[in-house]
Amino acid sequence: MQELASNLMNITTLLGASGGESLFTYQESSGGPGWLGLIPVLPAIAALICLLLLFLARKGMASGKSRGPAYLVLGFLALSFILTLSGFLMWNGQGKPAWIVTLFDWINITWNSGDGEQSLIANFGFYFDGLSFLWMLFVTFLGSMICLYASEYMSGDKGYARFFAAFGLFVASMSCLVLGDNLVMLYLGWEGVGLCSYMLIGYFYTKPEAVAAAKKAFIVNRIGDLGLALGLYLIYTTFGTVQYDELFRAVAERTDAAGSPLDFATMWQSWAIPCLLMIGAFGKSAQFPLYVWLPDAMEGPTPVSALIHAATMVTAGVYMIARMFPLFLMDPDLHALHAVAWIGTFTALLAATIGMAQFDIKRIMAYSTVSQLGYMFAGLGFLTTTGGAYHVFTHAFFKATLFLACGAVMHGFAGQLDLRKLSGLWSQPGWRITSVAMLVGCINLAGLPLTAGYFSKDMILAEAFYTPDSLIHFSGLMGWILLFTAGLTAYYTFRVFFRVFVGPEHYEPGDEAYDHDSDETGEESHHPVEEHGDHHADHFHPHPPGWAINLVLSVLAIGSILAAIPYFVSDGNDKSKGWVGDMLYSSSAFYKSPAGHADKHGNETAVLVPADPVVLPASFADEPAAAGAAKGKVPAADAWPVRDQVEAGSILGMDPHKAMYYISAVFGLIGILIAAYLHGPKGPAGLFIGNRTQAATSRADALLPKLGPLPRWAQNKWYVDEFYEATIRLPLWVFANIFHAIDKLLIDGALVDGISSLPKAFARSIRPLQSGVLHSYAAGMAAGLGIILLVVWVFSL
Amino acid sequence: MTIASLAQDTIAAGMPLAELYHYLFVAGVLFGLGVIGFLARRNLIIMFLCTEMMFQAAGITLIAFSKYHFNPDGEVFVIFVLTIAAAEAALALALVVLLFRRKETLDASAWAMLKG
Repeated sequence: MQELASNLMNITTLLGASGGESLFTYQESSGGPGWLGLIPVLPAIAALICLLLLFLARKGMASGKSRGPAYLVLGFLALSFILTLSGFLMWNGQGKPAWIVTLFDWINITWNSGDGEQSLIANFGFYFDGLSFLWMLFVTFLGSMICLYASEYMSGDKGYARFFAAFGLFVASMSCLVLGDNLVMLYLGWEGVGLCSYMLIGYFYTKPEAVAAAKKAFIVNRIGDLGLALGLYLIYTTFGTVQYDELFRAVAERTDAAGSPLDFATMWQSWAIPCLLMIGAFGKSAQFPLYVWLPDAMEGPTPVSALIHAATMVTAGVYMIARMFPLFLMDPDLHALHAVAWIGTFTALLAATIGMAQFDIKRIMAYSTVSQLGYMFAGLGFLTTTGGAYHVFTHAFFKATLFLACGAVMHGFAGQLDLRKLSGLWSQPGWRITSVAMLVGCINLAGLPLTAGYFSKDMILAEAFYTPDSLIHFSGLMGWILLFTAGLTAYYTFRVFFRVFVGPEHYEPGDEAYDHDSDETGEESHHPVEEHGDHHADHFHPHPPGWAINLVLSVLAIGSILAAIPYFVSDGNDKSKGWVGDMLYSSSAFYKSPAGHADKHGNETAVLVPADPVVLPASFADEPAAAGAAKGKVPAADAWPVRDQVEAGSILGMDPHKAMYYISAVFGLIGILIAAYLHGPKGPAGLFIGNRTQAATSRADALLPKLGPLPRWAQNKWYVDEFYEATIRLPLWVFANIFHAIDKLLIDGALVDGISSLPKAFARSIRPLQSGVLHSYAAGMAAGLGIILLVVWVFSL
Repeated sequence: MTIASLAQDTIAAGMPLAELYHYLFVAGVLFGLGVIGFLARRNLIIMFLCTEMMFQAAGITLIAFSKYHFNPDGEVFVIFVLTIAAAEAALALALVVLLFRRKETLDASAWAMLKG
């Protein structure tokens, strides 16, 4: 025993020497102020009140004639945001351990007491650290903003209160997902947002496409959720805990929760757990095999698309991987992270090519979301959780702006979303704010230099080249693919802008409005509904957004620009990566690249540290070795295959962090120029290279036939839906019919009906006895009497 | 042993005139007539009278055995049965009247639709 202890001491000393460079820092958590627990509860209360309103059926409240439900939910969401913000400021001022706020004990089971005691503890508690604060700040802020937008957008709709009930429940679930202090809470929130997404996509439940899209989203998500559920189960069976602090401590010490050591290098769980979690993330965050639900989800009301399907819910997968990053590092070969990087890269490219060929602007934004999520995943795969999280942060703002601007257009032009039928909104009265917001969103998405989107995308792209090939194989190749995709992104983004927002003024109203998200109530209503029996362009009046939409668009556009600031602000924990890097530094998502650390100007040459992702409690670095050994919390370092020192990667022989500023800008600008040439109008609005004079046609129309079938294929989404239809849905349909036939013929027919027909047949055979003729009964009785007498007589002989 | 020879034997043997089996004989004849009448006739009232005959046959049997065993239970029982039979006869006749009103006939086969 003593010998072991001294060995441990030696190892600790060794690690203490190089221990400053541990890849994952485990920090003790402590209790936080209890009022933080209100953050997820407030939106849930708002949702409940909305539900009550719905049942009380106060006509004015439920029919959208009053905006009461919207302002109610808005108030609660805003309060939730204020609490988050003040909680963050308090937390930020202190030493930054994670705060745990437990509302109540939820699951607390212990069995096998005594020897081999096992327990399952999952409290209804919330975990506040840099990662969750980062997410909660933009979730509650964007939630409030989009709620205000929706108060105008949804006005006049029959399901007004229903919409806001689901909206509140969504924010509550998302908060539960992000803040939960254990995996069960994460799962609860995960399913909750899935449910709300289903309810809100299928909000127009009389529209068959909306119902189909809702079902598709829910079912595709089930596939991912199965992966997540299995992953959580495997985590529990491996580590014996689902609580974050215990789990991360266990991972850091390479033991299970009870303290028995685990050999990460050889056990199969170290690659199985991340792979299963990854599948869950692919489902929720719409990555390649499971992305098909997201574009269809645009059938929901636009605020929903903006909040759930662009800004917050779809980033849950990124959050989950970032949160579980220590588990992703267990595998010495990083199998799961390779898959994450490749799938992310491929999804980014695939979705960008589809987005280039669509005509529905909201759908283009949907594909751009899928594509940008691909970037985030690629970032996680390149081991830059900060890059992924920062891109989530900036993307949340600019994609919400883009979606809400598209929504304003859809709202104003009677559901028109076809970019061939709208043009020159910039100069039409009342559309200036929308157009400017759209421009801000577009330059961010396109990654124009000095925008937030540019910095966050660069962080991922630079890391693709910076991450050494020995850690993530072919990361450089993926980096080039992503750079090419950045060019495509710039093209399709500005294709929308040049077609819809500048150029000759033209509009054709859509055909679907005034039946659901009718514009004709609310304060900007000027026309009675009856006048709008049909909408010819002659007497259709576009209907510019009102104050709420304009206010939200302005705030979000400014927010999109300001989202660049965190890149430059740092309080010193992780200087090179700005504020987001600081935030992640104090969370489980922090990852210190073994390739060393150049600051953002690339001044520092790559410091080579051992690539052993030693996960060591941070406190041990300063603690005397003996103290650590005495606690028995020392990782079995020799069990880990120590990688050789790794050289940081480069791009074209340059330091990626420096070079990427120019390279990605070039790709972005080329994309924008091509869009201007093909779709831009004449004059300065088309950068002097466009020549479009009509809404419906542009130079691209002449170019398309020369590209062969590619544009058609891309417009048809590379036939992925058809492929799924043929390979998954059709076989399932055939099987279902076979099983239906078996059920009908064998189970129902032969067994159930067959057996039940036996008594029936018997009854039919003896039924004639019941003839109804009184004399036949009497004769029967007499005959019976005679037989009895006969028998008695025979036996008495 | 036929019924006629049985009676002859009884008289020839100089037995007391009314032995137990005389009563049983009468009861059996009465019951048989009732059965035959019930089976042969279609008139509901006649059929009802036939059931009454079978009833009385059973009563005679009970009294005969009661006397034979010096046990009054049987007689008491018959008095009860007669009382109830009176009530039941009233009920049955009322039913017959109702049935007649419904179909304007007393033929039992008119109600043959009550079959399974």
